[in-house]
Amino acid sequence: MTDDSIRQIAFYGKGGIGKSTTSQNTIAGMAELGQRVMIVGCDPKADSTRLMLHSKAQTTVLHLAAERGAVEDVELEEVLLTGYRDVRCVESGGPEPGVGCAGRGIITSINFLEENGAYEDLDFVSYDVLGDVVCGGFAMPIREGKAQEIYIVTSGEMMAMYAANNIARGVLKYAHSGGVRLGGLICNSRKVDRELELIETLAKRLNTQMLHFVPRDNIVQHAELRRMTVIEYAPDSQQAEEYRTLAKKIIDNKNLAIPTPISMDELEDLLVEFGILGGEEEYERAIKEGVKAPAGVA
Amino acid sequence: MAQNNIDNIKDHAELFHQDEYQELFAGKKEFEGGHDPDLIAQTAEWTKTWEYREKNFAREALTVNPAKACQPLGAILAAVGFEATLPFVHGSQGCVAYFRSHFTRHFKEPFSAVSSSMTEDAAVFGGQNNLIEGLANSYSLYQPKMIAVCTTCMAEVIGDDLQAFINNAKAAGSVPQEFPVPYAHTPSFVGSHITGYDNMLKGILTNLTKDQKAETTNGKINFIPGFETYIGNLREIKRIASLVGVDYTLLADNSEYLDSPNTGEYNMYPGGTKLEDAADSINAEATIAFQAYSTTKTREYIEKDWNQPTSVVRPVGIRGTDEFLIKLSALTGKPIPKELEDERGRAVDALTDSQAWLHGKRVALYGDPDLVIGLVQFLLEIGAEPVHIVVNNSNDVFETELRALLDSSPFGAGATIWGGKDLWHLRSLLFTEPVDLLIGNSYGKYLWRDTKTPFVRIGYPIFDRHHLHRYATYGYQGTINLLNWIVNTLLDELDRNTIIPAKTDISYDLIR
Repeated sequence: MTDDSIRQIAFYGKGGIGKSTTSQNTIAGMAELGQRVMIVGCDPKADSTRLMLHSKAQTTVLHLAAERGAVEDVELEEVLLTGYRDVRCVESGGPEPGVGCAGRGIITSINFLEENGAYEDLDFVSYDVLGDVVCGGFAMPIREGKAQEIYIVTSGEMMAMYAANNIARGVLKYAHSGGVRLGGLICNSRKVDRELELIETLAKRLNTQMLHFVPRDNIVQHAELRRMTVIEYAPDSQQAEEYRTLAKKIIDNKNLAIPTPISMDELEDLLVEFGILGGEEEYERAIKEGVKAPAGVA
Repeated sequence: MAQNNIDNIKDHAELFHQDEYQELFAGKKEFEGGHDPDLIAQTAEWTKTWEYREKNFAREALTVNPAKACQPLGAILAAVGFEATLPFVHGSQGCVAYFRSHFTRHFKEPFSAVSSSMTEDAAVFGGQNNLIEGLANSYSLYQPKMIAVCTTCMAEVIGDDLQAFINNAKAAGSVPQEFPVPYAHTPSFVGSHITGYDNMLKGILTNLTKDQKAETTNGKINFIPGFETYIGNLREIKRIASLVGVDYTLLADNSEYLDSPNTGEYNMYPGGTKLEDAADSINAEATIAFQAYSTTKTREYIEKDWNQPTSVVRPVGIRGTDEFLIKLSALTGKPIPKELEDERGRAVDALTDSQAWLHGKRVALYGDPDLVIGLVQFLLEIGAEPVHIVVNNSNDVFETELRALLDSSPFGAGATIWGGKDLWHLRSLLFTEPVDLLIGNSYGKYLWRDTKTPFVRIGYPIFDRHHLHRYATYGYQGTINLLNWIVNTLLDELDRNTIIPAKTDISYDLIR
């Protein structure tokens, strides 16, 4: 059984949006403030803890389970490593691309962690979940008794917002039967036009808040090359300060809401409003001009 | 055809030996390009060798004839121990049909359980609608007092969240809000039937005892049988407790359900532990479980969440039963009645009578962890020597416990614990290192056929012999039952081996 006093949070968002980077930097900030945190990576790629451990990828629960033949033969100490500022790190791992069932893998791993007493002496547990809530397994972290606060990492790009809205739908499904709530959107800036206003508007529509706008800064890449968080690599940088602010906002966050996801049409209208998509008229006009690019246009 | 004469319907055992069937079989074999009988015989001989045994034990990914079943089977056995409880298996119909027939073949009783009939649609879109509709139908059609939900592989692979689904089903009006719908996640591909029993019992107790903790205890003792398939054991436990004068709650009592009197009227829910008694079990003085490895999580939950002491005793054999009675007496302060002391004396006397035929007999046995420990306790007591001990659903804690038990007696010195091994492994063991006796469930009959090892049926399932499940293996009376089955099997075998007139019958004795 999990200790009720532990706050369990989860980061969701479109693949490639910078979830793992954002979450690890934020958690580094939380650890700096004295919080005891465990990261549970729920992505078969197993890249949710590399910046904490300064390693390529840690040994995952499922990798060892596959090697040994059964998850019962895995010991907690083998998969629970301690990283930057004593942040505890676990990766669930998963099957090779194209085979098996990654969703079931997450269920297996989280059950393993619970049964082996990993959820003890902690202030926060943070789940870093792949892409979208594509199946029941990827919803495991938001079941009753698991993560109660969901943070969606997004940007002003269209597909990232689609994904954010979809995740809000997943959260809504579980919000009625359990206690899971949306804690807010985190905008990981891609320097799209009017990004800040756009995400703030989307947040409002989803009945939540934009918790923080993380500006784009190359120093993140510099730190990543060294398998470090910005907070560790460049503690005095402006970007480190941004993550610290985000960390503090999460720790103090009281605005936990049941999301109100919007329809596809509403989302498209929103994008049209912000000039990211053309409207129906513009679409018709473009189609009339031809459905193929003219010869000679690359 | 062979069965067209209504006045001479042939039995299955004769029917297929008639010419037309024999021709059919010969034709089938030819069509399939079957092997030469000599080659088959030669290969069969080879499977008896050490060389084959080594190959057999080098198997990594394949199980042949497993000695275990899957989680939901245990879950629904726990569920039917409670008053008017309908087991509900969230999964496809085939799974639950299998569980029901498995129990019916063993107990020769009807077994009611329903499923949420998941099909491909449900696998893709999640089983929530099936559960909502299924709960509504079950509630109105079968009028249970409780519906205990467990899962199967499919629901587990797609990650169906039972707690959320059940809340949603209640919100949708499938069953009233206050109607108990305990649940357990019981993926068939994890653990075995004993894990499923544990998970479901814990789920039911968690549900029923919510907000029931009182200031004072109710003075009772809880008994948890575990995955128990000997109805006689449940009755023996109740009888002993009444003789000692112990106020108890049996969690859960499926003895009526699985052995109900034939009154000419069908009752879907015979007997069972009253839901209010189960709810009040949280206020008991202590809990005694008769199996350890089918109650691990339940006992941990009782210790932690109820703050109630738990213990495990296996009342098998003289020492095991002594331990149980001493425990009861210590917990309640009541003396052990003379009646039981007399029973003990009779059991000891019986053991002494048969001692000469049992001492030093080499035994192979297989079964669930707790059954095996109970039997080993008894075998060591009678001076028999366990040699091969196969436990398919083994674990480290169990093996340590069993090893300590074996080490406590000189008769245990020659035993090897084969954890995680199957009955095909055991076949090799019996051929290469023969024993005097084999103990196991009905599947052991194939080993008996192949190896000619005298075979006693003890365990679950027993499909091919009747009424054994009505007897007890617990208590002093159960000790006499075990002794009876074992010693008389050995004596039958001795008769068979001394049966040839003027050759071996010098030892074909009337008195044994």
